[in-house]
Amino acid sequence: MDGSEPGDGQGFSRRDFLRGAATGAVVSSLVGQASAADPPAPSASAPIVSGAVTAQLMVNGHRLQVVVEPRTTLLDALRDGKAPDGKPIDLTGAKRVCDRGACGSCTVLFDGKPVYACSVLALDALGHAITTVEGLGDVDRLHPVQEAFVQHDALMCGFCTPGFVVAAAGLLKANPHPSPEEIRRGLGGNLCRCGTYSRILEAVAEAARTGKGA
Amino acid sequence: MPSWPKERRLLGTRVTRLEAPLKVAGRAKYAYDQNLPGMLQTAVLGSPHGRARITRLDLEAARRMPGVKAVWTGGGPGRELRHHGEMIAAIAAETLDQARDAVRKIDIAYEVLPAVVTEEDSMAPNAPQLVREGNVNVRNNEGRGDVPQGFAAAKAVFEGTFRCRVVTHCCLEPHGAVAQWDGDRITVWATTQGIHDVKDGIANVFKVSPANIEVICEHMGGGFGSKFGLEHEAVVAASLARDAGRPVKLMLERENEQTTAGCRPSAVATIKIAADESGRLTAFDATTYGTGGIGGGAGFGLPFMYRVPAFGRKHSDVRINAGSARAMRAPGHPESSFLMESAMEGLAVKLGLDPLDLRRRNLPADSLWQKQLTLGAERIGWPERLPTGSQTGRLRVGYGCAVTGWWGGGHDSNARVAIHNDGQVEVWCGTQDLGTGTRTALAVVAAETFGLQPHDVLIHVGRASYPPSGSSGGSSTIGGVAPAVRTVSETVLGQLFERLAPALDAAPADLEVAPGVVRVKGKPDQSLSWKDACARLGAQGLSAEGAKDKSLAGGGCNGAQFAKVEVDVETGIVRVRKMVALQDCGLIVNLLTAESQVYGGVVLGIGYALYEERVLDRDSGRMLNPNLEFYKLAGPGDMPEIEVIMQDLPERQVIGLGEPPTIPTASAIAGAVHNALGVLVPSLPLTPANVLAALGEV
Ligand code: FES
Ligand code: FES
Repeated sequence: MDGSEPGDGQGFSRRDFLRGAATGAVVSSLVGQASAADPPAPSASAPIVSGAVTAQLMVNGHRLQVVVEPRTTLLDALRDGKAPDGKPIDLTGAKRVCDRGACGSCTVLFDGKPVYACSVLALDALGHAITTVEGLGDVDRLHPVQEAFVQHDALMCGFCTPGFVVAAAGLLKANPHPSPEEIRRGLGGNLCRCGTYSRILEAVAEAARTGKGA
Repeated sequence: MPSWPKERRLLGTRVTRLEAPLKVAGRAKYAYDQNLPGMLQTAVLGSPHGRARITRLDLEAARRMPGVKAVWTGGGPGRELRHHGEMIAAIAAETLDQARDAVRKIDIAYEVLPAVVTEEDSMAPNAPQLVREGNVNVRNNEGRGDVPQGFAAAKAVFEGTFRCRVVTHCCLEPHGAVAQWDGDRITVWATTQGIHDVKDGIANVFKVSPANIEVICEHMGGGFGSKFGLEHEAVVAASLARDAGRPVKLMLERENEQTTAGCRPSAVATIKIAADESGRLTAFDATTYGTGGIGGGAGFGLPFMYRVPAFGRKHSDVRINAGSARAMRAPGHPESSFLMESAMEGLAVKLGLDPLDLRRRNLPADSLWQKQLTLGAERIGWPERLPTGSQTGRLRVGYGCAVTGWWGGGHDSNARVAIHNDGQVEVWCGTQDLGTGTRTALAVVAAETFGLQPHDVLIHVGRASYPPSGSSGGSSTIGGVAPAVRTVSETVLGQLFERLAPALDAAPADLEVAPGVVRVKGKPDQSLSWKDACARLGAQGLSAEGAKDKSLAGGGCNGAQFAKVEVDVETGIVRVRKMVALQDCGLIVNLLTAESQVYGGVVLGIGYALYEERVLDRDSGRMLNPNLEFYKLAGPGDMPEIEVIMQDLPERQVIGLGEPPTIPTASAIAGAVHNALGVLVPSLPLTPANVLAALGEV
């Protein structure tokens, strides 16, 4: 991953942020999805910034330097963000579909809980562990949920798939043995236009059954 | 003559998608995911009005905004905007936020004009004229037989008016493109159902030689009929890229996607239908209309599926101030199905016939539909169905059914196939995988032919520089590309047999492949492993390119669907409890992905039946739900049990399947609701409001 280094979970450099002029508090607008019990608390003392600053996010276990503005969402930072040297972050697994918390295609784990990355400001992610679909597994070492999706053909065009995979991984982490109804409710914040739901429900049930989901 | 193998090792089995690991791991790169060095991002200004004229447009302040590199506009003062979202200007900047900031600085003023928002208003005598040709195009073109005589001879006649609302495609990957110029060469990353059409369009619009154009679509996030040809968004992206001298990404934001990127037209029909003693249809007459937005066209066929000896039809295509329709998964067909099957439901009551029997009596006795209806009735539990209108409780259970058909065949296609001297087989085909599993289907066909495993074959699709293949529409892809790969693979295999014949001490015609080996027919010990055989090919290996043999593709397929629903008559909420979908598609290439197509069709149909509707503001013509929270798609929690039953009929060759399974779903559900309530809900979607209105409760 470009512009990243193994991190210690304390990625935020306060000095960099305070260089910005104080124009307004960074607002926490974390919208959990149906399966996220409680939205994570906003950072205890939100930094006051304006204009572009370099933030250090903890993504997939790495410290990631990314240039953001106060208004930059976590989703935009991951997909379109650049490191200070101009290299794209290029974590495009999370998709931008509705950009307002209605479809789940942008789902990432925020301290282990599924959230809509389009509805979290990048600066509100400081100090929190973010896991994207890329961090769950790679093509040659898939996460059990990802493997179950492949085997059950729980994807078609695949545009909703990363969101569902992450939501399902988050669900199984919180509830390793969900009932079918709990799976439906847990994934209730995600939409698929190709109509893969039946097979997604099967895949997640299987990942849970084999007990490897978490 | 190429042919499909009599004994199938892989064809018709369940093979997981080749690209599935990339997709589940978030590594598949869609057009939306391109991050080219130096790439600019684009924001779009769309019309905020249903109908307006631009009176002032000044882009200078926008141009001076930080990061702005290029500005596009489709015309200034005097231009009439005819629907919400219509693209006025687009700005490319270093970041998307900068582009959005610049769009906010566009100095524009409008004269708001009276918008025409409903079909009925548009057809009214003094409606404002929206285009020079007029608002309404009346077609009196269809009819057959003696209609008055048909009604006179009938035992029962039913009349009713039914309505399907406009729905939008809601592709999760919006329309758009990334364009990059290199001198007079251009590369376009497109989200498209037709890479060759995009190439052709770019050549025409920008006067570029086709030799200098590459179009890439490795993966695409849904099209459903709305992504054909060179689209406006790609033209604007390419123009901005040329002006800026930098690569440009333009992907529509959700509001513009929902307002401008296509929809299924509305369909309204006043139907009169009749049948004789035996339940055979005798006559059908319909006056129909629909709107395809400002583009007008709202075609659908009637009568549908069932044979009627005498019928008449009068239809009007109506324009309104809304985004234009585009083909949507089985264009016109779910509409035809709902209108026709609703009339059949009403007629069955008049005749005192089980609606399943009425369908049976009007389908050919020896057709596959009869078998499908028998099997489907058994699987849904039709014998437990209570007579229509006989229930009195709050929760009422209903059963419904409908049939489907599709009449298309496969499109033209070429393919190139190579065998390398390490045994690797490689296939190139200039098609695109819409999420239907095209890539994997090609791997199954090649692997079957060469005695390999699908995941060992290298498949290349999604580039316009690959051998030409048709656009993916009308369920025509599989019947194009699978035959092409089979045909060319057989050619290459023939070449291989020529080469190996001396070493195996046999005539080329006596050789065959078995899993992992090439051998002499009837003499299994006279064989070479695949690797050893290919090692004899030298550095050049073998390859061939060619067109499909048309005899490998078939056309036309049948299906039937059954629904079991539960309706709460106090809330008006309809819940689908179970769906059974029976479908044939000739010779099945990949059972796993074929089943997924059917699931997908059913789920789309559930949304069409119960939830989806484009809502326009009655005065301004603005779309009130251009998003995914108020435009309701079916979600995981809405899923009933869905049983998919595929019928493998290899003698009918390969036939496409994307469209037929979404045609009868809403009709079967509406039939089930009718059975539960004893009244027909005349309008889709079957929302609580529409259900309660039909019950006379609101
Ligand atoms: S893009 Fe974030 S919920 Fe839809
Ligand atoms: S697989 Fe296409 S949107 Fe879900």
